[in-house]
Amino acid sequence: MISRPLLTWRIALRLLRQDRRSGELHLLGAALVLTVAAITAVGFFTDRVESSMNRQGADLLAADLVLESTTPLPPDYRQRAEGLGLAIAQTIAFRSILMGEGRPQLVEVKAVDSAYPLRGQLRVREAPSGPGTAAADSPPVAIVHSETPGGAEAPSGRAEDLPGGAQTGSSPLAEALTERLTTRGPSPGQVWIESRLLHLLGTELGTTVGLGASHPALGAILGEEPDRAGALFAFAPRVMMNLADLPATGLVTAASRAEYRLLVAGDAGALARFQRQIEPLPANIRLIDSANARPEFATAVERAGRFLHLATLVTLLVAGAAIALASRRFVARQTDAVAILRCLGAPHHLLWRVFVLRLVLFGLFASLVGCLVGWAGQAGLRLVLSDWFPVDLPPPSLTPALAGIATGLVALLGFALPPLLQLAQVTPLRVLRGDLGPARGSALAAVGAAVLALAVLTLWQAQDARLAGWLLLGVAGAIASLAVSVLLLVRLAGGLTGRVRGVWRLGLAGLTRRPAGAVLHITGLGLGILALLLLAVVRVDLLASWQERLPPGAPNQFLINIQPTDVAPLETFLQEAGITVAALHPMIRGRLTAINGKPVEPSDYANPRAQRLAAREFNLSQGAALPQDNRVLAGTWWTEGEGAPPQFSVEMGLAETLGIALGDEITFTVSGRPVAAPVTSLREVQWDSFNVNFFVVSSPVLLATEPATFITSFYLPAAREDLIPELVRRFPSVTLLDVNAILDQVRTVVDRGVMAVEYVFLFTLVAGLLVMFAGIQASLEERRLEHGILRTLGTGRRALLTSLAVEFTAAGLLAGLLASFFAELTGWLLAEQLFGLEFSFNPRLWLIGVLGSGLFIGLAGTLATYPLLIRPPLTTLRAAA
Amino acid sequence: MAVPMAEAVSKAVGLSKHVTGPAGDLTILQGLDLEIQTGEAVAILGASGSGKSTLLGLLAGLDNPSAGQIWLCGQALEGLDEDGRAALRGGRVGFVFQNFQLLPNLTARENILLPLELTGSDEASRRADEALERVGLMARAGHYPRQLSGGEQQRVAIARAYAPWPQVLFADEPTGNLDQATGEQIIDLLLDLRRQTDAALVLVTHDPRLAERCDRRLRMSGGRLEQQS
Repeated sequence: MISRPLLTWRIALRLLRQDRRSGELHLLGAALVLTVAAITAVGFFTDRVESSMNRQGADLLAADLVLESTTPLPPDYRQRAEGLGLAIAQTIAFRSILMGEGRPQLVEVKAVDSAYPLRGQLRVREAPSGPGTAAADSPPVAIVHSETPGGAEAPSGRAEDLPGGAQTGSSPLAEALTERLTTRGPSPGQVWIESRLLHLLGTELGTTVGLGASHPALGAILGEEPDRAGALFAFAPRVMMNLADLPATGLVTAASRAEYRLLVAGDAGALARFQRQIEPLPANIRLIDSANARPEFATAVERAGRFLHLATLVTLLVAGAAIALASRRFVARQTDAVAILRCLGAPHHLLWRVFVLRLVLFGLFASLVGCLVGWAGQAGLRLVLSDWFPVDLPPPSLTPALAGIATGLVALLGFALPPLLQLAQVTPLRVLRGDLGPARGSALAAVGAAVLALAVLTLWQAQDARLAGWLLLGVAGAIASLAVSVLLLVRLAGGLTGRVRGVWRLGLAGLTRRPAGAVLHITGLGLGILALLLLAVVRVDLLASWQERLPPGAPNQFLINIQPTDVAPLETFLQEAGITVAALHPMIRGRLTAINGKPVEPSDYANPRAQRLAAREFNLSQGAALPQDNRVLAGTWWTEGEGAPPQFSVEMGLAETLGIALGDEITFTVSGRPVAAPVTSLREVQWDSFNVNFFVVSSPVLLATEPATFITSFYLPAAREDLIPELVRRFPSVTLLDVNAILDQVRTVVDRGVMAVEYVFLFTLVAGLLVMFAGIQASLEERRLEHGILRTLGTGRRALLTSLAVEFTAAGLLAGLLASFFAELTGWLLAEQLFGLEFSFNPRLWLIGVLGSGLFIGLAGTLATYPLLIRPPLTTLRAAA
Repeated sequence: MAVPMAEAVSKAVGLSKHVTGPAGDLTILQGLDLEIQTGEAVAILGASGSGKSTLLGLLAGLDNPSAGQIWLCGQALEGLDEDGRAALRGGRVGFVFQNFQLLPNLTARENILLPLELTGSDEASRRADEALERVGLMARAGHYPRQLSGGEQQRVAIARAYAPWPQVLFADEPTGNLDQATGEQIIDLLLDLRRQTDAALVLVTHDPRLAERCDRRLRMSGGRLEQQS
């Protein structure tokens, strides 16, 4: 006797082979593959980003410990580390302007000494060594440090050549370059830059660029730096230079906005002693080890990843409808076979086990295929987000594949199991009476299982019951609104059917006679199109509205890091050029350390913004007069001019966030010493004027003696852009921020983010198409018979083809119309209610949404049903019979 | 449950079947008694809608009667649920239908294998081949139903019905979809195999030639059975 489990396996496998041959499960498989592909594409990609962040902590820091400050670190720390035999390196990071052949580029400069990095490696691409190339003058790469300042023994064995120094890379540019790993930064006289800068500057490796007062050569392309993982989402491209060249640039002075880092590495005992010796640290110095390296960044990436994961759930939802539809058809077509099996003596529990096993095996196979598609899909996502993640990412782990398979199985069981289990209830009497179908299962059970599956998956992805609940409600609301609108429009089209003739009537009738199917597939498609259009509204229309809102003549250039000695010459320079500058404001950096004598700790606040404000340094200013665009809401502005007693004025929103009240005494630590004074006024600031403004301003006496740089803004007409190179040349230490360029960069960052979400929503659109195909399949037998009869009665193939085109184009137009309407409605709500922007109607969106969808869906639907037309009428009638 | 007679493979006592349709209650079978002995071939004749197929379904345990008792292979069906009846049918009851009822995506051999495997037989493979050999379709073992003619499909169905060596075989209009010559061949095959396996045969048919070759002929009329000479 064959054992029961073996029998179950044997029958399940035989039926699966039958399914494969019959193609019954193709649509179900496609929906499942799509769901798993969407989930794993995002999963693999976020996994790569997370692995990049979670690399060994030491690699992430380029050291074992880092001391970070916004002011130069006292030499004492360095001496202590060296005294304990620890290896050290120094870096200074700041923003500046790099001048190439094209327009000046805002860059993030990192000046490193010859010991950097202490842990991990730099990956660079450079021209093969040879006479006449910049690389010929550069130090040997791929070497191991043998000595560090102070005679300390450096960690060894950290670097290695790539095998054979092979040519790598895929772009034409990269093909001509050699990629190498190295443990030493650029040598004096040259800088390494991120590849996108090469295009932005319009220059090539080997040429020189302007960086402050110096003109270094472009030595290599920087592909990866160990401590850059924390700089993913980098706003401006990276430039790495040798620390020894920094003084010559004139870019960094004591008051400059810069990040000073002392990197320390060595054995654990010495590190612990070092840490004991230096603690407690002053408020402006932060100690970073592998445990607290960039947690805020990790949170940001985790949130972005979670958002993308949630976006995939919309695909899952739409694909779920396709799975449910395909399952219903599968069940309908399996009923006879099950009746025979029941007749031959197959017990109910055997069939139940066979169906579950068959479904799980099929689900596993489809999910594996989905994982492969997802693997390919993540490469697309990586490409779309290459600007966000300039560093090379490690390969993904297998965890997302497991998550994808689990998702596939839960979705399959949730959407397909209830109808399949009904199948086991088919009466064997059906073999004698073909009119007896399977017992109709409870619709509540089917919907309940689907909702449960969705809820489980949403909760899993969102990891937050409240968020998952809102998301499900939101999507359910969107679907319900779409479905009701589709139903109304289908009814409207039904009324139209009587007024048109011939193929038009036939086509419209095809849509309106099957209202349930039409509502389902138009809603599915509409949801996919809506998701894409909505993102287009956010990306294009909202940003454009915001930009248009800027008043004409609003400042479009900011000058920061102006040294006190440059103030008078700069004013003269701008005056001579005919540029009006409102004022140059002093800017002093300070950290809020106490309110009414009580120390301020980020952990005191529940609000994340308050936590960030409490942790970072403020840009403070001082002045006698109330700045323009400011209005005092509480208290009074000091009127004694330069002689006013020490006091602060705080922006109202900030005061509320940090819990500062009028009359409170607040203390800032400026250059390592406390500066305290009472708050005598609370101000409202009109930030979008684009004039320079400050959260906290003091009376002149309080901060006048502190080291300061100056800042100003002005409007530069497009015709006067030639002034910029001259300004940068004359004042090399001044950093120029071009608002238009920044807006361009913001737009690029937003664009890329939206494109990534759009990329995920493309899966939703395909899922919508699958719902349509499932709907077509469900009506195929009926259509086949209709067409057979119509053709027998003499209707031409062309007329039938036109009727199909009319039906599906009408469906596409309806889906596009509703998607455009809801996208515009949401865009309007966001603009007017949330952002306070004036929203303008976008006819292009409607054109693309309605016509594009009509054409695309009309074509896809007609092609899917075309095979019905090429069969002879007799064959069609026989098959239908 | 008492066994009524050792030789009876199928027995019905006081069998009634009523259904409720749109036009009200309808009586299909009314207090019907029937006994079929081992190895016996019985033909049930009657006009369309006379209740022949309903009776066949009830005797095979595919449906529940409104009243009366049925025994199949010596066991009372009363009190058995659908799974219990399925277990009783497995391997002991064979079926042949007018429209063949083969699984379209299994080959001829796989269709025959299925009921053998359901009985848990270790020799399913050998017995399927034997059955194919008996119906003369060994050469078409790997063909799918759509690649076979109507007669060939019915031969596969007969092989599937006899392969587990059942005690009783129910046939519902087995020649109804076939031409006369093919129908004759199918009748020969059905009766030959009945002799070889000693299975009882219960035939529902319109075909008087087929009925003639059975041991007994019964006619359904007004929900009752009448013996025909």
